[in-house]
Amino acid sequence: MTTTTAALPRTPQPLWRRLIGFNLLAGIVLGVVGWFIGWVIGTHIHASSLEYFSEEAGENDIAVLLGYLFGVIGFLIGLGFANYPIRRLLGHPPTLAEHESEGEGVGRYFRLCTDHKVVSIQYLVGIGVFFLVGGINAMLIRSELLQPTVHVWGPNQYLTLVGMHGSMMMGMMTSGILGPFANWVVPPMIGARRMAFPRIEAFTFWLLMAAGVILVTTIFFGGFQTGWTGYQPLGAEGTAGYDAYIAFFALVGISMTLLGLNLLVTIITMRAPGMTWSRLPIFCWAVLATSALMFLAPPMLVCTLTMAALDRTAQTAFFIASNGGSSYLFENLFWVFGHPEVYILALPGFGIVLELLPVFTRKPLWGYRLGVAGMLGVGLLSFFVWQHHLFMSGIDADLRPFYMLSTELISLPTGFTFLCAMGTLWRGRIRLTVPMLFCLGWMFNFLWGGISGVFLSDVPSDTTTHGSFFSMAHFHYTIMGGLVFTFFAAIYYWGPKMTGFKLSERLGKIHFWTLFIAFNSTFGPLFALGFMGMPRRVVTYPTNLQGLNDWVSASAFVIGLSMLVFIYNVISTQLFKREPTEPNPWHSKSQEFQLATPTPVYDFERIPIFDPDPYPYGVEQAPVSPRVAPAGGTA
Amino acid sequence: MNDGVNHFRRVALLWLIATVILTPIVVLVLAPGMPPGNGSVEASGQVTDNTVLLGLSTPVALAVIVFTGYCLAVFREREPAGPIVDGPALRGHATIQTWWLVVTTAMVLFLAAYGSVRLLADGSGSGQGPNPIAAPAAASTDPPLKVQVIAQQWMFTFRFPGYGNVETNHLELPANTLVQFNVTSLDVIHSFWAYQLGVKADANPGIDNIAYVTTKGPLTFNIHCAELCGVWHGYMFDTGHVVSKAAWNTWIQQQQQQFAPATKSLDPYSRAYFPEPTRRGG
Repeated sequence: MTTTTAALPRTPQPLWRRLIGFNLLAGIVLGVVGWFIGWVIGTHIHASSLEYFSEEAGENDIAVLLGYLFGVIGFLIGLGFANYPIRRLLGHPPTLAEHESEGEGVGRYFRLCTDHKVVSIQYLVGIGVFFLVGGINAMLIRSELLQPTVHVWGPNQYLTLVGMHGSMMMGMMTSGILGPFANWVVPPMIGARRMAFPRIEAFTFWLLMAAGVILVTTIFFGGFQTGWTGYQPLGAEGTAGYDAYIAFFALVGISMTLLGLNLLVTIITMRAPGMTWSRLPIFCWAVLATSALMFLAPPMLVCTLTMAALDRTAQTAFFIASNGGSSYLFENLFWVFGHPEVYILALPGFGIVLELLPVFTRKPLWGYRLGVAGMLGVGLLSFFVWQHHLFMSGIDADLRPFYMLSTELISLPTGFTFLCAMGTLWRGRIRLTVPMLFCLGWMFNFLWGGISGVFLSDVPSDTTTHGSFFSMAHFHYTIMGGLVFTFFAAIYYWGPKMTGFKLSERLGKIHFWTLFIAFNSTFGPLFALGFMGMPRRVVTYPTNLQGLNDWVSASAFVIGLSMLVFIYNVISTQLFKREPTEPNPWHSKSQEFQLATPTPVYDFERIPIFDPDPYPYGVEQAPVSPRVAPAGGTA
Repeated sequence: MNDGVNHFRRVALLWLIATVILTPIVVLVLAPGMPPGNGSVEASGQVTDNTVLLGLSTPVALAVIVFTGYCLAVFREREPAGPIVDGPALRGHATIQTWWLVVTTAMVLFLAAYGSVRLLADGSGSGQGPNPIAAPAAASTDPPLKVQVIAQQWMFTFRFPGYGNVETNHLELPANTLVQFNVTSLDVIHSFWAYQLGVKADANPGIDNIAYVTTKGPLTFNIHCAELCGVWHGYMFDTGHVVSKAAWNTWIQQQQQQFAPATKSLDPYSRAYFPEPTRRGG
């Protein structure tokens, strides 16, 4: 498919004319219209079904859920997702160029665009905003925990904040690395000119944004009290705020499935000639393992939440014991998704660390095959451990030794990643740049995350730590210490390539050190609080724990402060200074850094041919740039 | 960087020194403070487990920290502003990789085996569901004291089937006795966590979740709900006591008398309760 048609000469249009069309504005308008259509339909269905089903007419879950459904459909139509299918139905030829070439300016970020680099920036900004919202939720939670009794928020507001923080981080940040970074760097790394399904790529982003907004609307419907796990039958009791949770997480599930599918297909089928499996950069392997999990696990979530929605609207009883359902069913289905989910969060981080260490040690990746085996091993094992979330639930006791074994086995492939990282550091010429600092921060944090995981996987020890602040500290060490640190490493490392402007190293170092120290000062004491018997998600706690809790809250606010440094760094370098950086500021030998900045729409003029190994550091006169296919080759 | 120094031997030596010094300190200093304390036989068992895990984790953590710290100290680029110079193209080391695999596998298998043996010995105070497979040895000869823990939003009540099914608001247990908790719920999922006793068992509606504990001497213990159960989850806590057998007999008789009218009008004792269909309003 050759799409090198030159942009047509355009006469500049007035602003009001440019705002009309298929873009974010139309999406929002049609989304609101759709919401009301759904609401009206739902209200009618609900009114006629009242006499058959519902005991109380206080809550109208059908109207709320249909409102969200139609709202999302309206939003997507407004963005123009219906145009292509309709045009094809009317007999127009297939085309992909309709959106990349038009509007070189800022406008393309506010409409459906199928250029993988634009989608990546959209992802980065969109997810960044929701990450900020989730972070502010955490600050508000810690404000409440400054005192052992209720003083800032009521219990309902507090639990809603806890649920929003958890859902926001687990839902939106799941795509936190694959969305912005895999979408950007995987095609150049494997020598592809675009993703396999560019429209689906854009679709996953806009769906995720719709989901994020829906989650925030829960505050208009009374919030939800279930935390991000949404356990039934507690959820069935909840107000319509729980419907927002269902709609949010189901949409996130669909978005994740499609994002995983897209990356999986891209890496499997679109590698350039010469890009054999053994030459695939380790980050692509991490993305491959992650996207396989993303493709397989979230459909389970979508099904589970559909069942929960039916329990609330159509009066089924999948999860309601008194009507023949089972509360275990929800726990099992949720964690069959939920455990792979936490590795979806962790695995891309492994890939980023192993991808970046060679650049900043100026050495090839040490133990490439072991690293690949580690990622695939974690991915495979993650489907066989979910019942460790139910160790205390009274579910079949005979199975617990098996789940203890399978859970502890995960530390083997995780250990491979550590060995590769340590081997790469060995005898390197280590440069402590900001991305490198964040990778080293990952090594430190994930070490404690892994070791605390051993305590949680051991049932006798888990009897104390299960459902306590200890497990909360554990998963913050693996997800915040793992995912978020590598997320920042990726921003500092690939940022100059993606935007053309490098972030300030000096501010970056301030950001890293305040974040690193405050992070450990926040979550380290939480291990102790869990050991001392403080359960998760409580709004009150014994007075003798106030000292530690205040320390944790104060440190958490310093984390917030460090984020302000980062935001200032982004705004000053990306929006105001805008000093163009060289195409390869890190002297990386990775393929994406061999492209020009700004990178052309279709990355390569022709499909390249790869023959170097992905990490040609320390090799005399190793070729770096891929050869370009001769004219007339596949393009 | 061929400087004639055997870096590997140096790192190994540093790690060995750190391990030899720090592991006993960690085990001896931190072990007495390990949760959940020595309130019951099962709790003591968990302290032992935590100590073993801590002792095993210390050398592993030190290996990563010492190695990484050494690399950062010794192999850091001395002139970051200077020209970019590549390091040696080391791509792996079959012997090290094999040994790493062997050692970590052995540790993981040991941990899983150790945990399983400890778990299957007495159940470690954890909820085992309706058909427990790991009861303390005494349970076969001496029938345990049965206490039904009934969780509801947002309190626990305790029913004693051996004492006329009396249902009490607070929990007292006799000292040096094997206790069998039958944990169930009337509405949503809760979790019965008696911290100092080392007991945690989820309360599922319609499910009989059994956990064992062998009490020791007199003790005050905290009871907390450990599974998010709605708005007032944070307030679902109580204090229980282990008292001498004589004092406990007096207490249970008092309770029987005090709650006699209520006991008569309660549903008969059941392993699990199915209340009215779900009410709205969390």
